[in-house]
Amino acid sequence: MSAGNQLLTVRNISKAFGKAVIALADVQFDLNRGEIHALLGENGAGKSTLIKVLTGVENKDQGIIEMDGRQINPRSTQEAQNEGISTVYQEVNLCPNLSVAENIYIGREPRNRFGTINWKKINADARELLDKFDLHINVTKNLDHYSVAVQQMVAIARASDIDAKVLILDEPTSSLSSAEVDKLFQIMRKLREEGMGIVFVTHFLDQVYEVTDRITVLRNGKYVGTYLTKELPRVELVGKMIGKDYAGLKEAMNAKWPEEAERQEKETFIKLVNVSSPGTVKGFELTVKMGEVLGFSGLLGSGRSETAKVLFGIDPISEGEVKVKNEMAHLHSPLDAIRNGIAFCPENRKTEGIIGELSIWENIILALQVKRGIFHKISRKEAEELAKEYIEKLQIKTPGTEQLIKNLSGGNQQKVILARWLATDPEFLMLDEPTRGIDIGTKAEIQKIIMDLAGRGMAVLFISSEIDEMLRCCTRMIVLRDMKQVGELNGKEISEEAIMRIMAGGEAS
Amino acid sequence: MRETWNRLSEKQYFRPLIIFIIILLFNGIVSKGEFFTLSIVDGHLYGRIIDIVRNGSKLMILAGGMTMILATGGTDISVGSIMAISGAIACSIVNGNIFPSFNGNVAAAIILAILAGTVSGIWNGFLVAKIKIQPIVATMILMVAGRGIAQLITRGKIVTITSETYYFINGGYICGLPFPLFIVLFLVGFLVLFTGRTAFGLFLESVGCNPTASKYVGIKVDRMLLAIYTLSGAFAAVAGLIESAGIKGADCNNAGLGIEMDAILAVAIGGTNLMGGRFSIPASVIGALIVQSITTTVLALGVPAAYIRVLKALLIIIICLSQSKQFKDLVIKRKMINRKVVGS
Repeated sequence: MSAGNQLLTVRNISKAFGKAVIALADVQFDLNRGEIHALLGENGAGKSTLIKVLTGVENKDQGIIEMDGRQINPRSTQEAQNEGISTVYQEVNLCPNLSVAENIYIGREPRNRFGTINWKKINADARELLDKFDLHINVTKNLDHYSVAVQQMVAIARASDIDAKVLILDEPTSSLSSAEVDKLFQIMRKLREEGMGIVFVTHFLDQVYEVTDRITVLRNGKYVGTYLTKELPRVELVGKMIGKDYAGLKEAMNAKWPEEAERQEKETFIKLVNVSSPGTVKGFELTVKMGEVLGFSGLLGSGRSETAKVLFGIDPISEGEVKVKNEMAHLHSPLDAIRNGIAFCPENRKTEGIIGELSIWENIILALQVKRGIFHKISRKEAEELAKEYIEKLQIKTPGTEQLIKNLSGGNQQKVILARWLATDPEFLMLDEPTRGIDIGTKAEIQKIIMDLAGRGMAVLFISSEIDEMLRCCTRMIVLRDMKQVGELNGKEISEEAIMRIMAGGEAS
Repeated sequence: MRETWNRLSEKQYFRPLIIFIIILLFNGIVSKGEFFTLSIVDGHLYGRIIDIVRNGSKLMILAGGMTMILATGGTDISVGSIMAISGAIACSIVNGNIFPSFNGNVAAAIILAILAGTVSGIWNGFLVAKIKIQPIVATMILMVAGRGIAQLITRGKIVTITSETYYFINGGYICGLPFPLFIVLFLVGFLVLFTGRTAFGLFLESVGCNPTASKYVGIKVDRMLLAIYTLSGAFAAVAGLIESAGIKGADCNNAGLGIEMDAILAVAIGGTNLMGGRFSIPASVIGALIVQSITTTVLALGVPAAYIRVLKALLIIIICLSQSKQFKDLVIKRKMINRKVVGS
């Protein structure tokens, strides 16, 4: 690789938060012109911090960033943009209440000769830009009118349009469908041909091998190495990301159900008869037994999450009946559900799960406290013990129980939410996309926890877009389409092909 | 000793307390010590500090209720008007203008006034929690209408009363200390115990940080909101009683005028985030004392009436700057840059 090809060079970057947390230690990274470069690592490896340093969100403590051989030191996202570094984050950070076109041109609106904003030009330019991305939407509509996937594409369009030399994509695909991912990859390849350097952060290894040229791996804030994608076997890559825990990971990833567990007849925990909820679920029938992991498969909007929300008393039941352990149950609120032994980890960790400004121990005891009632306050001592117990059990990586949950990585946040519900001692645990946006190591850990819990007799409802992990964990699978149950697969019948066939509308077995 | 100090300095009320002490010391120095003199007349304590406590009692009570509301990210701008309603009802009853059958019974007047405040609070809570109107708009309704309601009760007149029993609410003494201080201790003490000894405080912070997630863990967000707006209304009614006992009558136009902003300011000075989240009731109460002592200070300095508001604003700016992390970072950065320039 010729030196002249180098676009962005990062040398010996260090960054610490306070005295205790060293996020980056002596990290290096380089990006060539016309290259897609994967930045990989576990949660807490330092990927996000490195990106924040590059984009001026955080100031580095030490080290050098060079762009085109010239040293730069961005102190804000604006400065980074001016240097030609533009970023798309995992969570769309555009303004949902502005129009699509406004979002694309905000801060750099074309003016007409009176100095006022040239709306015609903005809308026309936006349309033209999005056409390049095969995205034919009404650019004058508010952004929140569209799905998260479309919003993500708009964010990418905006980033690529800002005269950028370096485009950083921080987990852009976690909310996209596979067709949308393909489209995104087309665009990435096109931008690469135009000479742009793209940094691609993702948890999906398939995507890494599909689209990237080189890989840089970080672990625990340290630089592990940079490799050519085609020369690094997948297993080795995982090993480098995980470090010495590799063997354990392999075991966890290959964990399977013991054969006899599948066949045991268990007592029914919850039974739904002809349940409907206004606007979502219609005439739903469901039985969940103790000790099974029931999977909900289906595309986004097929009724997977909606059903879970009805079961947890978030969305009202307008028709039909629910029986918990053969007795009529009234699930009018989450509190009712909790009292019936139901727990629910919602899909959106950030907006529906964590209480960001509160500490880990407060987040952990919250549901238990609700269950016990407002006048039976959990003592500080008991709370501390509970928090410590779960930090150890679930191996939550944190400096202490007082740490604010928002400072943890996504995987550890998810573990805290899991701890919150396990503390209520539930009999039926519903998990909606518990592993989304989480690194492989933690993913495997969470899958193992799920199987352990079910092995000890808990009923589990597992919702995930990733068929792989569903295949690994579920003992029974229900396939949903258009808010309706369209098929059911038991034990050995569960296979990717069978699920796909039912999802796509083939015969319901 | 050092450890105690460190633990103390981490408390939310630590900084407001320091600011309050500085203001007191400043007053002491300017008045050459006169500020701190306490005299005992007829077994009652008199002095500037006692004045601050007595005059600040209303604000401390309001700040207590307001803290919980701001902790959920809401606001209650109707407390001043509720004070007017409460004063109007109490004075009219004592006067015999309404409910003549009570014969001017002070206890009945107090109970009905507080009941009216509670109903007002329930109304606010209903609008915010059930109808989901934005808190500032929801409470603005009563802010505007409340004074009208008060005037309907007094038939548009300023009601004056003569009742030594009623005067006691503001001017009375127990064990040499002014009675309003005991009201504050009782109400604020209740709040501190209620939020601290039950899980109410944790739930409030949770709702303030993330209402959706709070709902998903089973917290009855609606009921929480209804409860705190109701409490705020009841507390405002008590403040209204103190106010009317102080001026010995009900003045619907001026009772508690603009005090809602002082209450919000007191909470802000106390360091509670107005967008919701972590809160501290003791810190807000000290914040209220700061706001009150600023007024006292400005008056004591003999500043001409025309400048009082401007000076007060200046002091508030200084206090807020002293609490702003961004401002501190800015100052430190400047200093470092200057040093670098000098050094190179």
